[in-house]
Amino acid sequence: MEKMLMVSSSPHVKAEHTTRKIMLDVVIALMPALIAGIYFFGVYVLFLTVVSVGCCVGFEWIWEKVFKRTITIGDLSAVVTGVLLAYNVPARAPVYIIVIGAFVSIILAKQVFGGIGQNFINPALAARAFLLAGYSTDMRSFPVPEQGRLLSSVDAVTGATPLELMKNGALDQLPSLTDAFLGNIGGCIGEVSALALLIGGIYLIIRKVITWHIPVCYIGSIFVLTTLLNGFDFYQSFYSLFLGGVMLGGFFMATDYTTTPMTIKGQIIFALGAGMITTLIRLFGGYPEGVSYSILIMNLVVPLIDKYVKVRRFGEVV
Amino acid sequence: MKGMTFKKGIHPTYHKEITSNVQIEVMLPGKEVVFPMSQHIGASCTPVVKKGDYMYVGDQIGIANGFVSANIHSSISGTVKVIEKRMTVKGVKETCVVVENDGLYAINPEKQIMPYNQEEKLTRDILIEYVKAAGIVGLGGATFPTHVKLSTPQDKKVEFILINGAECEPYLTSDERVMLERGEDVIEGVKLLLQVFKEARAIIGIEDNKIDAYKRMVTLAQDTPIEVKLLHTKYPQGSEKHLIEALTSRQVPSGKLPIEVGCMVHNIASVGAIYRAVIKGEPVISRIVTVSGKGVRRPCNLEVKIGTSIREVLEYAQVDWNQTVKIIAGGPMMGTALFDVDIPVTKGTSAILCLTKEETDCKPPSNCIRCGKCVAVCPMGLVPIHLQKSAIHGHYEVFLKQNGMDCIECGCCAYTCPAKRELVQAIRTAKAVIRAKQS
Repeated sequence: MEKMLMVSSSPHVKAEHTTRKIMLDVVIALMPALIAGIYFFGVYVLFLTVVSVGCCVGFEWIWEKVFKRTITIGDLSAVVTGVLLAYNVPARAPVYIIVIGAFVSIILAKQVFGGIGQNFINPALAARAFLLAGYSTDMRSFPVPEQGRLLSSVDAVTGATPLELMKNGALDQLPSLTDAFLGNIGGCIGEVSALALLIGGIYLIIRKVITWHIPVCYIGSIFVLTTLLNGFDFYQSFYSLFLGGVMLGGFFMATDYTTTPMTIKGQIIFALGAGMITTLIRLFGGYPEGVSYSILIMNLVVPLIDKYVKVRRFGEVV
Repeated sequence: MKGMTFKKGIHPTYHKEITSNVQIEVMLPGKEVVFPMSQHIGASCTPVVKKGDYMYVGDQIGIANGFVSANIHSSISGTVKVIEKRMTVKGVKETCVVVENDGLYAINPEKQIMPYNQEEKLTRDILIEYVKAAGIVGLGGATFPTHVKLSTPQDKKVEFILINGAECEPYLTSDERVMLERGEDVIEGVKLLLQVFKEARAIIGIEDNKIDAYKRMVTLAQDTPIEVKLLHTKYPQGSEKHLIEALTSRQVPSGKLPIEVGCMVHNIASVGAIYRAVIKGEPVISRIVTVSGKGVRRPCNLEVKIGTSIREVLEYAQVDWNQTVKIIAGGPMMGTALFDVDIPVTKGTSAILCLTKEETDCKPPSNCIRCGKCVAVCPMGLVPIHLQKSAIHGHYEVFLKQNGMDCIECGCCAYTCPAKRELVQAIRTAKAVIRAKQS
């Protein structure tokens, strides 16, 4: 007796990559920045990240359980959100900030719209914007990095971030380019080390999770525009690329599949738009950093971009 | 040397090494051979035999019904047992002529197709008559009647005759083996085409994963006007429109036929069949079938008589029923999954694949994450995810506006989707619904 054969419409073979494998690659790509964060700010950073991941996955599970939906925590997208959320808070942020942030990102930004793939703004950035508005004191006290001290002193010294120094014109107090590149500067956990983020970003490009278009256009447009608007100060424009969230935003936030256009042409428009808004906020806004708002604003434009940017059809009669 | 290519597409795992070095073996059918009256695109044939008739090898069984249709001939000698509806590869029951095989393979002393007298000038009408009589169809799997392709409108000039040796579907090696072992027939067939289409350039395109076949064809094509070109290995290179683009840099306009850009495309095996029909008077009564997949213990390339039961072919290749979960007629990208193996091999059966659980994906679909991979790979420049949404919601006007009818159903979108969404499947259904509504 023969068993039943499986029957389905073609194709009968599929690529190896899955949503889960892609998300896992993103998590791996984010690890160098975590190591850098721990190195500069101590193990508390690791604790915050673990809590953040736990809360994000937990909220997703609870929501899906309550509303009797398929449990999707296995796709690891909540893990990515959790890591990114932790990277967007200062190194001494209190735990409740993380819990609130996880709720906002997973429930308010993602699940109420239908879960993975349905959110129209980046969940981690939505939480960051929410926390900045609601808990600005906690979100804006940046401890000074204490290189290599895993268990940092209880009363960590806080200081201005390089971007704040720039905004206030205190250029003489800026850290060196090397420090800015390596991450020995004040800032959010995952943002400080441009080097670590670059390693992760290149990993994503090699693994074909992302293409070069968004990071290059985004970071490039910030450089060009800052140079133009800043009196052709090439050094300072170059230096500012390693500050704030440019690298994290360019490689990990502006490349989020769900909240960016699907076509390469659309992605370039998205990246240039975000780069422009980032620069304008940095140079002319009332706020030292513009990466998160620029990406959030461009997230809202994505449906329009996808609607109007047409792919060239094969054999299209022009 | 970099092969010629087209934009977008995918690089699946090819698994061609399983059978690419296995020589063609002739497999003989068992007691009963079944000839479905529809083995091609177009109208079904009408049987010209009745129960009890004795058939010689090559005798006509079914006559083409209209212009887009192709004759069917007996591949064996024996007596017509019954004419009835039987299951076919298409998944529907069709009228079939069942012949009891006497095992003699006797050839009719009075050949029904007289070989062409080579002293006479070969005109297009004569060529078309031969192709029509021999029931030649696109043997790559599409089974479009070849004489229809040859009947180009008088006002359109044939500038290129492109011979499709891309064989871009994974696993398949039947065309590769034809080029290696029966390349002479192919070259002679192309020469016949060139006699008729004098102003045309003939180019044979072969993917660069079949370098031996390429070299063989280059050697055979020496001292002939036939060009042999290497193509970059990429799916769906064997698609007619994409082969034209790769070899001539011309794009067939949306909704138009290749002749619009002066091209005519034939499959490798079909050209060999043209040679055998014209010079030897042989109709299409057998074809090369790749039997592969991890579910067979003895993967092979077989010359199978049309009408042979797929079960017999699988048993010949020592199928492992326990390991096999899915059996496919054709390639894994566009082939048909079979639910029954007691059906006959037809002219379009380029392969029979027995896939194991590991080889064939069965993960359930999940939410679209808007990664854009389907857009990045669609060789027709469509947005598969938008088409799928229109298709599953029944928004057919939107589907048409999104140029859904341009889809060639190659399956790149569904192959590449990380969320394993059934993109091409939904699009295929929508196309069928729209076509049914239009007619």
